[in-house]
Amino acid sequence: MIDEELVQLLTPEGERVAHPEYESTLSGEEIFGLYRDMTIVRRLCNESTSLQRQGQLALWAPIQGQEACQIGPGRALAPMDFTFPTYREHGIAWCRGVEPKEMLRLFRAVSNGGWDPYKYRHSVPTIVLGNQALNAVGYAMGIQRDGAEEAVLTFFGDGASSQGDVLESFVWAASFNAPVVFLCQNNQWGISTPMSVQSKIPLYHRAHGFGFPGIRVDGNDVLAMYEVSKRALENARVGGGPTLIEAYTYRLGAHTTSDDPTRYRIDAEVEVWRHRDPIERVKSLLVHEYKMKQSRFDEVAEEAEKLALQLREDVLAMDRPDPITMFDNVYADMHPLIEEGRQEMIDLGVTGGAH
Amino acid sequence: MATKTMTMAKALNEGLRRAMEENKKVLLIGEDIGKLGGVFRITDGLQKDFGEDRVIDAPLAESAIVGTSVGLAIRGYRPVVEMQFDGFVYPAFDQIVSQVAKLRKRSDGHYTMGMVIRLPFQGGIGAIEHHSESPEGYFAATAGLRVVSCSTPNDAYWMIQESIKHDDPVIFCEPKSRYWEKGEVDLDNPPANIFDAVVRREGTDVTVIAYGATVKTALRAADTAAVEGTSLEVIDLRGLSPFDTATLEASVKKTGRVVFVQEAPLTASIGSDVIRQLTEKCFYSLQAPGLVVGGYHVPYPPTRIEEDYRPTVDRILDGVDRVIGFGS
Repeated sequence: MIDEELVQLLTPEGERVAHPEYESTLSGEEIFGLYRDMTIVRRLCNESTSLQRQGQLALWAPIQGQEACQIGPGRALAPMDFTFPTYREHGIAWCRGVEPKEMLRLFRAVSNGGWDPYKYRHSVPTIVLGNQALNAVGYAMGIQRDGAEEAVLTFFGDGASSQGDVLESFVWAASFNAPVVFLCQNNQWGISTPMSVQSKIPLYHRAHGFGFPGIRVDGNDVLAMYEVSKRALENARVGGGPTLIEAYTYRLGAHTTSDDPTRYRIDAEVEVWRHRDPIERVKSLLVHEYKMKQSRFDEVAEEAEKLALQLREDVLAMDRPDPITMFDNVYADMHPLIEEGRQEMIDLGVTGGAH
Repeated sequence: MATKTMTMAKALNEGLRRAMEENKKVLLIGEDIGKLGGVFRITDGLQKDFGEDRVIDAPLAESAIVGTSVGLAIRGYRPVVEMQFDGFVYPAFDQIVSQVAKLRKRSDGHYTMGMVIRLPFQGGIGAIEHHSESPEGYFAATAGLRVVSCSTPNDAYWMIQESIKHDDPVIFCEPKSRYWEKGEVDLDNPPANIFDAVVRREGTDVTVIAYGATVKTALRAADTAAVEGTSLEVIDLRGLSPFDTATLEASVKKTGRVVFVQEAPLTASIGSDVIRQLTEKCFYSLQAPGLVVGGYHVPYPPTRIEEDYRPTVDRILDGVDRVIGFGS
């Protein structure tokens, strides 16, 4: 796994490694905080998968294996930074303070969004691949015009790296020197499409061709993800322009609950990556270097369990919305077709939610 | 200084200038809109006066022009996008349909997509291909967008300002063949209900509804028809989606006959939808089925033959004859 191109500060075995440009600045308690975040997010993700299997969610996009890719940058963000996610950034949403039940409104199919993006400074989930990268650059151009010291962090995967919108966003970010950090979670698979079909060169090399730095990080190393993201965000905030971070990782689970990865990839490959688990290596560090007691880890497990049960309860309580709400928030102002549709529904006697 | 004679191009330029003066959050973004002033010079001089941060010369990527405008709108800006030509809007179609139109809904009302996408549309300028299209129907069919079109300099001046003030995204269709025609612009008094249809010429025999460049053609047809003793009522639709049914309904109930004139092909078009609604609302008043005179179901033709594609006075009058002669 040691790759000289890859920024890594913690090996899969949980041993620290030196890097010429980066070092971990986090205390034991801060690292424990990242462990807690990752553990909780994984537990919530597993609960969501179960909920989908039990018919309670329309779909779920698991992040198992990618927790460090999100918790690292998620904790490197400053409060006023703004994030533009795909549909799989549950770890970022967690760091931004989005409530787990809000994250699941989309997947429960009771909303097309889920939360107030301004409250959490975390935009709505974006399913059309790559759209959000351009929206993020535009937001960053707004920051420049406001003269604010803020940055934007946006996400996409190896699959969306082939999208025109992502490549156009690179051009624009470079041209306008926009305060944006692109975080590509290269989890090796775009549903069944392997990385080799998306790019003939490492993805982070692409940034150079667009005129800004690209860097590949061990996406399963939360310490490296934190430090690299923190520096890239700081650089963006003070006018240093964009950075592409390629978080080199692996999607341990399915693309979504509708996917069957056994049809296109081999177990041996998955096994290799299981040994690079992002959570286990941090736990190992905390045990060996910081002598953390098992009771601390047990407490986190207990907390995660409680949150998962609460999430289940909250999801089950999410009723079918009143159909008439489909007419809300389509337009800001009066629209005759909205009024007509609403009236027709009232005339048809469609009144309440629970049918 | 209450009224001034100017071209539609100048009226749009003045309207943009006034909107930018009144609201510092208004930004213009598009290809070649700075020093050049845009290929049609609509933004002439604005970058010099408002700076490069507010009149943004964009890299040549339409999806990015709209996609970054979405982000600017989220940040609280009011982007006014210039699409260089109708036929170049398609790379931005995804951003317009998936993000611009849906983000208010997708954010449960937290995002306001107040932006204007200016679209020089329709033909009649002898251009080469992809420069003369009428894509308004695609956008009219998309919930979350509003689509409007101007036909006079006065409307252009006020409609662009109203569109910029609007909290919904507006696809603003500019009839490029009318950019250089002059008219009186009242700089002080905005017309009332500027997105509603307006009767441009009163008449009694047949209602002729048009928008953009075809309004003037319809008025010419009305002149000719008058000589022959037929009285046409010409209506400028202005708001294409939604459109103002009340004004149309009142006219058709009076005349009993209706012809819709557009440059776009007929299938799934503004005209076909207007006629559908008028058929529902005015069925017992109609003396003949409503007709649409428009482009044929072909790609916009080479412009040496565009006048055989665009509705002409003769084709409009042929439509008028058909609704008058129906059943006889």
